[in-house]
Amino acid sequence: MRELEKIRFTRKNLPREEYFLSGHRGCQGCGEAVALRLAMKALGKETIVACATGCIEIISSPFPETAWGVPWIHVAFENTAAVISGVEAALKVLMRKGRLPERKIFCVGIAGDGGTADIGLQALSGALERGHDILYLCFDNEAYMNTGIQRSSATPFGAWTTTSPPGKKTKGQMTWKKNLPEIAIAHNIPYVATASPAYPYDLMTKVRRGAEVKGPAYVHIFSPCPTGWRCPSNLSIEVARLAVETGVFPLFEVIEGKWRINQPKKELKPVEEYLKLQGRFRHLDEETIKLIQKRVNEEWEKLKKKASLFPYEE
Amino acid sequence: MKRVALEGSVAVAEAVKQANVDVIAAYPITPQTHIVEKLSEIVASGELDAEFVPVESEHSALSVCIGASACGARAFTATSGPGLALMTEMVFIASSMRLPMVMVLCNRTLSAPLSIWNDHSDAMLVRDSGWIQVFVNNAQEAYDHVFLGYRISEDHKVLIPYMIHMDGFFLTHAIEPVELVDQEVVDKFLPPYQPLYRLDPSNPITMGAFVMPDQYAEVKKAQDEALKASYQVIVEVWEKWGELTGRLYRPVEGFYLEDAEYAFLSLGSYGEVAQEAVEFLREKGKKVGLLKLRLWRPFPFEELRKALKGVKTLMVIDRAICPGGPGGQVALEVRSAFYKMDGPRVVDFIVGISGRDTTPEDYVKMFEMAPELLEKGPEDYIIYGVKE
Amino acid sequence: MKLSWREIKPGAVITEPGSSRNLRTGDWRNERPVVDKEKCNKCGMCYLFCPEGAIYETEEGYFESDLYYCKGCGLCAHECPQGAIKMVLEV
Repeated sequence: MRELEKIRFTRKNLPREEYFLSGHRGCQGCGEAVALRLAMKALGKETIVACATGCIEIISSPFPETAWGVPWIHVAFENTAAVISGVEAALKVLMRKGRLPERKIFCVGIAGDGGTADIGLQALSGALERGHDILYLCFDNEAYMNTGIQRSSATPFGAWTTTSPPGKKTKGQMTWKKNLPEIAIAHNIPYVATASPAYPYDLMTKVRRGAEVKGPAYVHIFSPCPTGWRCPSNLSIEVARLAVETGVFPLFEVIEGKWRINQPKKELKPVEEYLKLQGRFRHLDEETIKLIQKRVNEEWEKLKKKASLFPYEE
Repeated sequence: MKRVALEGSVAVAEAVKQANVDVIAAYPITPQTHIVEKLSEIVASGELDAEFVPVESEHSALSVCIGASACGARAFTATSGPGLALMTEMVFIASSMRLPMVMVLCNRTLSAPLSIWNDHSDAMLVRDSGWIQVFVNNAQEAYDHVFLGYRISEDHKVLIPYMIHMDGFFLTHAIEPVELVDQEVVDKFLPPYQPLYRLDPSNPITMGAFVMPDQYAEVKKAQDEALKASYQVIVEVWEKWGELTGRLYRPVEGFYLEDAEYAFLSLGSYGEVAQEAVEFLREKGKKVGLLKLRLWRPFPFEELRKALKGVKTLMVIDRAICPGGPGGQVALEVRSAFYKMDGPRVVDFIVGISGRDTTPEDYVKMFEMAPELLEKGPEDYIIYGVKE
Repeated sequence: MKLSWREIKPGAVITEPGSSRNLRTGDWRNERPVVDKEKCNKCGMCYLFCPEGAIYETEEGYFESDLYYCKGCGLCAHECPQGAIKMVLEV
């Protein structure tokens, strides 16, 4: 994995070309758009994208206009991983048969948390198991945002959504967020990482590493949605930063099954700093916040333990 | 040309090999399994250089084919019954996205109840899917139509995927004589796929954009017109194949229709059995004929009317029920082909539900039942042989 | 501008990449970013965080927002480490 180490984005080698272009219909302050724009910069021109139905697809492909500067295909909601598998298989065989010139083209599947954790999980699992040379990017805004903020299995505990509204009986989402990176890791693929747009160079580096690695790669990208999370449009990046700093969304890489935590600081800030910025958590009482803090602490300890058991040695 | 005894499924696999398919993605389901198994062998042995993608569901199978076709690869899949049902979202999408490919549908009953046996309920599920659809009568036709399918669907005037309906078990698992076409002939007839549009970083396009109400009808009309216009290409290509191999396929094929007053109309392999009954009845001096409908979509209105000129009573052999509706789908379409025109009176027999064996004697019985059934209204249909 | 069914490419394929750039998303905003060049140290974080890709580098190395696209979300102003950007109401 020495070659992966060499891939690192900094101010010096920051690509200036845009492949997710202006004029897209994203909300003001869309954290997902920031993350996607950065990811596409990291990937560059020689990329083919298969995209799920969702926010990204809707804001970027209103016929007859498109915000994409790379070849892009949308088919349906649940089959991104299958479509990109077909793209990868086609390129592989056509190059082998000499019908296409041999060149490296990144095959990238892009979907939201809905299209990955729920309806898209089967296709993802199949693609990862089959070992296609693809990169799968999950842009996680923690709900079915495009259809109007309904809960997904990636919605965090306690969050308000239109299908997990707080009331007398239940207090918002009552289940804990499905751990998609761990599901990807369980498929024994060469590269899994988590990323946040608040750490843009780290995000770009991980996206590029995932694309360059041979075999399936999965990068889970935290994507704040001011519209659905009920926060001002100018706070998306701060929320994305606090999610990492509080340990709600820790940053790590798992390379060939070996763990490396990329948290900026060892100490975690209290989760309340993250929760209080978002209207979707406004209804939480102290007891619930304590519960969330407890869980974050537990998960953080587990993560550190795993990283110490199977550390990635540089 | 080599004449061999082949199981229908194996004949299809042979054709896929000779067509130099690039990507095969399929999920096993009875009675399609022998096609998939044979193709796995062919790819594993290196006889065919292709990517065999062992997908985790039928929905993903067609999704992989869509992704592959969008990149300019020749893609193939096959499925049956409930597998098709799962795949259906993608079936409509593949044709609406105008992506050439060939699918063999090994017709099997849709659940419930579960049954692996053959009828056309799965075919009727995708009647409106926008694919070019043919019903083959035997293993030879199934083999031939793989080549025809790629040639037609990849034509830039067409760009519509091609579905071959092949009766499960009756055709997939029966061993029949098949004439294999020489590879040079196939290669000349079927050059490599040259897509009109493909995903290529040198020329970035967007496929699958969403369309608003103010433009959607235009997209659908364009698709409808393309499917109707493909009729011309289909007939031309089938004629070309006729010249090359001596096997001329037509959208409809008539037997003993010239002076027929009665006729059966069938789709798929049951027609071959009906043919025996027709020959038997002819010997008895009855003026009976048979029309085999081969091209289901685009529907051959003109040819159908022409072929059935003079027929007074048409006994349609439907292989699926439209519950609570007008009976069988084929009778419905045939009746509408003659709407407000001089045409035969239609008796709708629904036959062989879930593969129930139907012999030539049964067709003779149906012929004898027909006059009485005509007295009932057009909404009436009869599930032949059902135990009351 | 509605297309006739004959003009639509098969499968409604879009062949012009980035044609979304036709849309003046700048019409959406209520506020616009204003940069104080005295404070700006050309770090480029605003360029990275703009969801629209509307911020571009000038010849001098400063960063400005293309008002044709700027939706006025305020991320650049909020994230600027030097506090060099202020959001000003559009009148």
